[in-house]
Amino acid sequence: MTAASLLLPVMPVAVDLPWGLIVAIKTAVVLAIIPAGALILGYVFLLKMMSHMQSRLGPMDPGGFHGWFQLIGDGIKFIQKEDIIPAQADRRVFAAAPVVVLISTFLLYIVVPAGPRLVVADLDTGVFYALAVSSLSVIGILMAGWASANKYALLGALRAAAQLIAYELPLVLAVVGVIIQAGTMSLQGIVYFQQNGSIFGFDGIGFPLILTQFLGFLIFLIAAQAELTQTPFDMPVAESELVAGFMVEYTGFRFLFFFMGEFGTAFAFAGIASTLFLGGWSVPWVDGTLADILGPFVLFAKIMLVSFLIFWVRFTYPRFREDQLQAIAWKYLIPLSLVNILATGIFKVVL
Amino acid sequence: MTDAGDSREAEAQAEAGDSREAEAKAETELPPGAGSPEGDEIPIVEPEPDPEPEPLPEEAAKLLAQLEKELKDSIIESGHTFGDLVVRVAPEAWRKAAEVARDKLECDYLSFVSGIDWMPAPKVGGDDAGGDTSSPVQPTEITFGIAGSDGRFQVFARVQSTARHHGFTLKVDVDEDTFSVPSWVPVYPGADWHERETWEMFGIGFDGHPGMRHLYLPFEFEGHPLRKDYPLLSREIKPWPGLVDVEPMPGEEASEEGGGE
Amino acid sequence: MTVDFRSGLPDNAGAMLQKHLADARINVELETEGMVLNIGPQHPATHGTLRVVVKLDGERVVSADPVIGYMHRGYEKLTEFRTYPQITTLINRIDWLSSFANEVPFIHAAERLMGVQAPPRAEYIRTILTELSRISTFLLFLGEMGLQVGAITPAFYGFRDREHVLNLIEAATGGRFHPNFNRIGGLKVDLPSGWIDDCRRVMKKVFDSVDEFEELVVGNEIFEVRTRGVGVIPPGVGAAYGVSGSNIRASGVDWDLRRDGQPYLVYRDLDWKVWTHPDGDSFARYWVRMQETRESARMVVQLLDGLPAGPVMAKVPRIIKVPEGEVWVNTENPLGEMGYYLFSKGATGPFRCKIRSASFSNVSILPWLLKGVYVPDIITILASLYFILGDIDR
Repeated sequence: MTAASLLLPVMPVAVDLPWGLIVAIKTAVVLAIIPAGALILGYVFLLKMMSHMQSRLGPMDPGGFHGWFQLIGDGIKFIQKEDIIPAQADRRVFAAAPVVVLISTFLLYIVVPAGPRLVVADLDTGVFYALAVSSLSVIGILMAGWASANKYALLGALRAAAQLIAYELPLVLAVVGVIIQAGTMSLQGIVYFQQNGSIFGFDGIGFPLILTQFLGFLIFLIAAQAELTQTPFDMPVAESELVAGFMVEYTGFRFLFFFMGEFGTAFAFAGIASTLFLGGWSVPWVDGTLADILGPFVLFAKIMLVSFLIFWVRFTYPRFREDQLQAIAWKYLIPLSLVNILATGIFKVVL
Repeated sequence: MTDAGDSREAEAQAEAGDSREAEAKAETELPPGAGSPEGDEIPIVEPEPDPEPEPLPEEAAKLLAQLEKELKDSIIESGHTFGDLVVRVAPEAWRKAAEVARDKLECDYLSFVSGIDWMPAPKVGGDDAGGDTSSPVQPTEITFGIAGSDGRFQVFARVQSTARHHGFTLKVDVDEDTFSVPSWVPVYPGADWHERETWEMFGIGFDGHPGMRHLYLPFEFEGHPLRKDYPLLSREIKPWPGLVDVEPMPGEEASEEGGGE
Repeated sequence: MTVDFRSGLPDNAGAMLQKHLADARINVELETEGMVLNIGPQHPATHGTLRVVVKLDGERVVSADPVIGYMHRGYEKLTEFRTYPQITTLINRIDWLSSFANEVPFIHAAERLMGVQAPPRAEYIRTILTELSRISTFLLFLGEMGLQVGAITPAFYGFRDREHVLNLIEAATGGRFHPNFNRIGGLKVDLPSGWIDDCRRVMKKVFDSVDEFEELVVGNEIFEVRTRGVGVIPPGVGAAYGVSGSNIRASGVDWDLRRDGQPYLVYRDLDWKVWTHPDGDSFARYWVRMQETRESARMVVQLLDGLPAGPVMAKVPRIIKVPEGEVWVNTENPLGEMGYYLFSKGATGPFRCKIRSASFSNVSILPWLLKGVYVPDIITILASLYFILGDIDR
């Protein structure tokens, strides 16, 4: 995509808007999507699906119908809470840490496309950029753990730093197979590749990369689970040991930022996974403006599917110990992803 | 199993126990005013000697025979309670007894180590508690249990064998001068916490214990609670609220002034 | 300074209170290396108010020092000032999850000294209720050990399945947690009608739920990886520390007081087996308790089949006076070996009652056991030893 595509208006209608207004609209949309996505994921999976899997109902009262207002009410509650900072904490770092995590989440949404023209910025190095900014959250977590002046928080932050850095590699390597096959790092390009591809010669159906990159999909999901510090990789926030780990001293709206950051990143990672492996916004036989309208919904459905897998694993498994966690990343996931790259490369050349 | 006959027997036995106790009391009752446990002289009543000592049950006798072979003179007295062997050893041989139990009698399992204060319990709330039946009234003479005792404090312990399924109780008198007994920690490491608790509750020292400090009570606690002269504070302050109306019901201030304050 | 909330306390009570409140110092020799982590009295993993002060070198434990006594209620002192029926109410609260089982050894001790024998129906019902409390506390254990290791879901299943058993206990005794149902000489009242069929139904549910736990937790690879080889207690060391119950059976020691100790209740008439496991690690302790839950359910079914008719209370005098003597009774409680050494001088209350509680000895092995383990393993070990704070602190 050329630089001109950056100036494409968000609206499907070709309207000439000033550049500043476009940026403002895009920022507003992303800022609206982050909490919306976090809320939807949190409510559907964390509250309702988890409860039903644990043979209980979950929230039923707030808002009337199956408690849909619960999380929004929680958000309002958090905002109006007293802002408590521990006496020995480093005030500036303490306050800045959740913002850093949220910034990293925000930056992730920039490259995920929701339609042929519904993308904030379609970068040429889209995938590379996405994975790079997702690791910014490590800094935020370390800041949170250190500034809390709390041994438990420090333990959690150190564990988190080790874990997140360790699982960056499988995350990146799993995606390399996709890049080799699609031939481009831009997310829009990958979606077009999947939309225009063909399975065994059947045109028009499209070719979701999960069919050949199944191993890559698995590794990506496992690494994403670790990046989000979800069970079975939730040592940093081990609830029964560290009681929220690096977040333990955070209350009120600062905790809300962390919460939104965690679930917003989950939403974004699910979005990236659907885009890379499941075809993103593309639907077979649908093109043009219809794709712009249907695209977000299709993408949303695929995100829900991937999130279902992530959260299902979260509720079922116990957590790994830190050394077992590292062993899995270094001794199993990385060699597997290297094998995947090798196989993809060979098949790309041969076929 | 049991039927009405046995329960009649039980009742008779309970009553007989009462009458025996009353008999013992009548025979050995001291002149009034001399039985107060607050005084220094605690009257020690010698129990009536049994006409002939009961033979030990078979298992207890076997254990006792083995112990006597190893400890020889250190065993001061022995007895049994419902088939369970109770042995009192001399204070110097306390640790050796543990070693014998662990090595020769295969008692690898330490159940507990604790203490007992044989001084009679003082009357709760002094003599003018006026009919406070909340606490049981204990006899005011000092008597000792099975295998006797030389003094006021004793340490007793129970060891059992997981393989042979037997066990027995060991007792030792606490030396009045040094007020301590040898520690069992080199023999049974689990005695560590038990001895800390016994020291905390009774004040009995344990020689050779690695690091004696409070177990249950806060660090600055003064006193040793399980001694009989340590009062149960809640009953000293106020009589048992269930007994009489110690506070008038709201709205009945003037009329109702129940007993007690 | 006087404290207002109760008038009449001695004048220095307030000062003593302030001193106790300042109890934040660690009473150990502090070295300057390593980090001291206080797994404090308030922590979701410590089953109550247990405090473990660990010195860490990175994530490995160099030394551990449990500090107990935050729930010390002074039971042994209280028993010297209470009558026997009053003590039955007290000792319910030692191990509050399986409280019926706490009363049994004390009642047996008093009955033995008095020479009273409870009628056979009472003994059978006592056995049934003891085994029911064992099932209820083990179901909770099966659930919450998964929670400590990180799996949230088994905890909910544990609580849910336990409700059925608690409903049974409530129907029979009137109390879910503190039944206070034993009397010296038998039981308070007989079972309600229809209880036996309800009990059979619930036992079927217990079998199903233990199968579910086996599939969900024991069959989970991550659980195995987290618990195998963690916290191994060699049998000799365990016995020397007084570790009892399922913990020592998980180290391969074939010792169960229901079969090997003094005969009590009706265990000798039943057909059941003692489960052991050779490994001695946390996984073994979980596995043994799981099997014992099933075994208890089988025992209850046999007991229901063989329940004799008759009275549930022997004839005892109205004022219970236990004749002079001393007796030791120990039983296999769900947590381990619980025993009472009862000294009586013929009064309406005991002269001294030494309460030997299982968790006290189980926890005393922690300083030895926690050396060199990782911090997450501390939580696994604490969960697998399964102690109750009321049992430790009495």
